Amino acid sequence: MKFAFYPGCVSKGGCPELFASAVAVAEKFGIELDEMKGASCTGAGILQEKNRFLGDCLNARTFAMAENMGLPILTICSTCQGVFSQAHQRLDRDPSYRAQVNEVLKEEGLEYKGTVEVKHMLWVLAEDIGATEVKKRVVRPLTGLRVAPFYGCYLVRPSSALGFDMHPARQTSLESIIEACGAEVVDFPGKTRCCGFPITTINEKNSMGMVAKHTLDAKDRGADAMVTPCPLCHLNLDGYQPKAAAQVNENIDLPILHLPQMLGLALGLDSNILGMGRNIMTTYNVLMKVGVKIH
Amino acid sequence: MQITLKVKRYNPEATSEDKKSYFQEYKVDAPADSTVLDSLIQIREYQDESLTLRCSCRGAICGSCAMRVNGHAGLMCKTKVEKALGKNNVILVEPMGNQPVVKDLVVDMSLFFDKVRAVEPYLQPVGPEPKEERIASNEDMLHLVGVMSCIMCGACVSDCTVLEMDPNFLGPAALAKAYRFVADPRDGKTKERITEYNKYGGIWDCTRCMECVQVCPKGVDPMGRIMMLRTKADELGTKDYSYGVRHADAFEDSVKKGGKLNEAELVINTFGFFNVPKLLGMLPVAMRAAYKRKMPSLFHKSIPGVQSVRRIMSKAHEVEKVQGKKPMPR
Repeated sequence: MKFAFYPGCVSKGGCPELFASAVAVAEKFGIELDEMKGASCTGAGILQEKNRFLGDCLNARTFAMAENMGLPILTICSTCQGVFSQAHQRLDRDPSYRAQVNEVLKEEGLEYKGTVEVKHMLWVLAEDIGATEVKKRVVRPLTGLRVAPFYGCYLVRPSSALGFDMHPARQTSLESIIEACGAEVVDFPGKTRCCGFPITTINEKNSMGMVAKHTLDAKDRGADAMVTPCPLCHLNLDGYQPKAAAQVNENIDLPILHLPQMLGLALGLDSNILGMGRNIMTTYNVLMKVGVKIH
Repeated sequence: MQITLKVKRYNPEATSEDKKSYFQEYKVDAPADSTVLDSLIQIREYQDESLTLRCSCRGAICGSCAMRVNGHAGLMCKTKVEKALGKNNVILVEPMGNQPVVKDLVVDMSLFFDKVRAVEPYLQPVGPEPKEERIASNEDMLHLVGVMSCIMCGACVSDCTVLEMDPNFLGPAALAKAYRFVADPRDGKTKERITEYNKYGGIWDCTRCMECVQVCPKGVDPMGRIMMLRTKADELGTKDYSYGVRHADAFEDSVKKGGKLNEAELVINTFGFFNVPKLLGMLPVAMRAAYKRKMPSLFHKSIPGVQSVRRIMSKAHEVEKVQGKKPMPR
């Protein structure tokens, strides 16, 4: 299995532990990753709010590059995945719009033909590899660990752009992988809600309110940790958790894991490779619970 | 088919708290292709006349029967039983969120309509009155039809994540309505309107979670309209109450410079280099990241081929200048 690997800006910036753990986990599953070093940012929905056409042109460039590589794209960020999927939907639905976009790409010697497939690592694990196969590879089952899933908006909405009709299993993919790792799923209504990251710089109070609400809700239901396939959710839920806790005047202290960090633990990977010490909210209790040697 | 409807009841006149709000289960014999509304009416007619709900047209036109089914808002007359069935053939029915419950499945929508009124949802043309009528082009009207399909059912408001935190947010329905008039070529108050929507509680408080896009039964795409209002705010060069416009500008600059995002620079350029109070406020977050050895560097290497990204970005702006507007998909 080989993919054009699109790591996204955050895994190369604010969440280096995501990049490292994703690469390590992919290797364990024999997923070959050819990193798209020349691909631009997707625009993360922000560029699109200024100029959607411009965003679509940049993403069509990335799609065309993957077409030239002859590979499907693999993402490790819910936001990148969602922005790609939405651009994909617009470009596929309207050939005349795609022609306008291709007109912009022409001078760069690129053309997006509309054949690229873009998949989040979570979908590859749940669909192409399958939860049963993931379970077979687990050498350190996370028995007794209670994990709350947190998808990230862009990986669940709008369902029409994300192919949920064709692939209904995507809606419960995160739960299936948590179970495959041997952990217990803590279901809670916040799992498909918003972490508040997009308004952190605009309306911090509301954003922190969302962080506190979801982390406290998961904790009240007995979660030992939360796992997310989205580094932007991770930045807010993990990096801003102390600020959110101060706003609501409560102790939260909920470890937030990246999806490949949780998988890596179950696959028996070294906690240093997974960057378990780089999460802002300490992962010590998670490591103790699953019996990982800390060094 | 035997199904169970688990309905959230609320009786404001009950004497004790536990009698006020509770779940009640009803067994109904419902064909798979019937609607959840059919079952609710069957309960009211033949099992429990005290069950209170609102409905009228039964054809997804009037917008009266919006409720939450299995946690998500929608029109009950448009929700098929077979699609809504959960484990053990149970369907969970609750009143809409973010609005006070009057009784059982009926909510008070006065705040909803207050907010719609607050965006001045009527044409305000300027200039001398033409001899005949004011004309909008066919193309413009086709674009407006999408947002004019709103039936004011309140589903988007029910599931809005921002309203859950802050009732002052104008919300998806009112802002989509606002867009309908901003995008109307016959309206002359665009700048005044945008200035108003740039305030706290307006377009910049939306967190882009797409809940409203997902639950809208008429495909109005409220969040998409809020984003189009942000585009307009940017085109007009207006300033918002917070850092929304600056954040989007700084984001584009960052991508243009390096091809990818420079997070540290984005924060500094959003708040401004001399905005000491805001930057100091970010310090604890930055310090914690630095302590964990993951403070994003200010100095980024550009991606290979960044010139191509820059050329594409300026070419996209040129297309807009030539055509007079941004190309849009159908």
